[in-house]
Amino acid sequence: MDLMASLAIITPEIILTVTGLLLLLAAAWGGDRASRMISIAAAVSLGSAFAIVAPRVCAGAAGMDTMAFGDLFRADAFAGLAKLMIFAAAGATIVIAPRFFDRVANMRAEYPILVVFAALGMSIMVSATNLMTLYIGLELNSLAAYVLAAFLRDDERSSEAGLKYFVLGALASGILLFGMSLVYGFAGTTNFIGIAQAVKGDLSTGMLFGMIFMLAGLAFKISAAPFHMWTPDVYEGAPTPTTMFFASAPKVAAVALLARLMMEAFGTQIDAWRQVVIAAALLSIIIGALGAIGQSNVKRLLAFSSINNVGFILIGLAAATVAGISAMLVYLAIYVVMTVGSFVAVALMRDADGNPLEGISDLAGLSTTRPVLAAVMAMLMFSLAGIPPLFGFWGKFVVFQAVVEADMLALAAIGIAASVIGAFYYIKIVKVMYFDEPAGTVTGEGDTPHWALLGICAVIISPLGYILTPWLGNLADMAAASLMLPA
Amino acid sequence: MLVFAFYLFAVLVIASGAMVIVSKNPVHSVLWLICAFFNAAGLMVLVGAEFLAMLLVIVYVGAVAVLFLFVVMMLNIDFAEMRAGFMKNAPLGLAIAIILLAELVLGIGAYRAGKLELGTPLGDAAPVAGASNTENIGMLLYSDYIFLFEAAGIILLVAMIGAIVLTHRERRATRGHQNIAKQNARRPGDATVNVKPEVGQGVEL
Repeated sequence: MDLMASLAIITPEIILTVTGLLLLLAAAWGGDRASRMISIAAAVSLGSAFAIVAPRVCAGAAGMDTMAFGDLFRADAFAGLAKLMIFAAAGATIVIAPRFFDRVANMRAEYPILVVFAALGMSIMVSATNLMTLYIGLELNSLAAYVLAAFLRDDERSSEAGLKYFVLGALASGILLFGMSLVYGFAGTTNFIGIAQAVKGDLSTGMLFGMIFMLAGLAFKISAAPFHMWTPDVYEGAPTPTTMFFASAPKVAAVALLARLMMEAFGTQIDAWRQVVIAAALLSIIIGALGAIGQSNVKRLLAFSSINNVGFILIGLAAATVAGISAMLVYLAIYVVMTVGSFVAVALMRDADGNPLEGISDLAGLSTTRPVLAAVMAMLMFSLAGIPPLFGFWGKFVVFQAVVEADMLALAAIGIAASVIGAFYYIKIVKVMYFDEPAGTVTGEGDTPHWALLGICAVIISPLGYILTPWLGNLADMAAASLMLPA
Repeated sequence: MLVFAFYLFAVLVIASGAMVIVSKNPVHSVLWLICAFFNAAGLMVLVGAEFLAMLLVIVYVGAVAVLFLFVVMMLNIDFAEMRAGFMKNAPLGLAIAIILLAELVLGIGAYRAGKLELGTPLGDAAPVAGASNTENIGMLLYSDYIFLFEAAGIILLVAMIGAIVLTHRERRATRGHQNIAKQNARRPGDATVNVKPEVGQGVEL
């Protein structure tokens, strides 16, 4: 492969790298006073990366050559669709960050830079077709994420979140690497296609071990039960923009990575990993639903909600068909919009001085004090619960449809039953907002970027979102079809 | 001659490893560790892995061991107290060591007996004839794997940014630091607050 052709394929990544490096220099000279300019530049670079990827996704299989650097990197429609979600979520994080940090401490110039590097890492992850690329992308993303979690270094909870995330993340990376070394040892190659050839026929015990270890390591990164323990603490302690970032972009990246690994490298051994994915999916749905019930902090509640949602995403993967992957991508796209919307709404919970509030009790009677915010939040909660007129229902519908088509009726039945438990705590928030005595603490004003983001999310998850379904479904189908499944 | 060199290095590695654990002074432990690294590098040269030997000396002796030395000398750790738990934890440590040894023996035994079918490399990265290890590694690293090499560099950069973000603080002059604009901007309303304390409840400031 010609180097220039490879470089042309990774243009979005090059843009992110170069802006990241230049902005770092700008931060070194300009200091924190330059943080506003740096935030804008970082958002623009993410936007331009988005603009480059978008036409490639729409072109689908008819687009340009996708393999870069031999067998290391593939920018196909599947990776492209995931990158669109990642860049959008990262951009949203940069947009809401300054307001939050200006209130709590000073906005620092490194924040948007780290978000750009994390987005770069995730974009490498979703394009990885080799175990080495996979690991490098994952580590780039994780290292930036640890720092983003601990960014409020004078805040005890933020430091704790960073440390906890770092220690457990390092453990998960170790588990993943151990699995990768086993897979490499038994396959003789780190390339997904090579591994697919090595596991054709029968799966040796060593290879099975390696695969399960890799699954466990990645399950940690997407906070699927039983590897979810870190999630509530980290989500609660991390600064709100960071929490929004964690709940959206890295989940997309790690889920896409997991799907590509399982379908491309272990696509001939579906029976070996499907049971693990099903177990993780059901456990996540149930633990996410039950764990959320007793929470009094909105960010903790949304952490359990994200565990719950990962369960539904994994159900799409468990179908192990092209339709299942396509459904999973549709769910992911809707999930990102709902998550970004919910966290922007949380970021808008401020007291009269503009200090952030996080308690569910602060939401009491929000419908009388801040009717618009309460209405949007209620919509988001109903959508997360999957209640029909809203768009969140569509995600759950396509996922369960794919599972039913794959003849896994029992899984679909259990999943639907468990989603009813989840609906309880979403509706509890709506009840607190609409039927409780006003607490009157949420009085702070929002600013235009927040309201604009919240408005976009609200329009997409409203019944108007169904206009998008043919288009979104088509994109997801093209993306899923671009995976190189072993014959 | 080769055999003599092997035994020399091997004995020295094990002896310095033992000295790392035994020596009373933690600084001596680190110095023995450096000695062990050097001899391990010698062993690697003997088997023809000169690149790994260089890496071991540069990275482990040059960076990691010096870092250990810094940590040992900078942090005021009470080693006598840490050593007090030694006898209590010794059985557990021994048990873990025995388990690891047994696993090694079983694993290598199974491999020797042909029970483990390891994968065979594809062989598409055949070494260039006549070139040294280092040249071959460099040839691959800067051509086929240039993408990963550069990405790994960015990981290190992010780690560095992170360390600086989390620890670096602006130094302010402790005295004589006067912000006149801030003083002028101060209004009585910022400094005083009206409270109406309940009788006997005291005042919260």
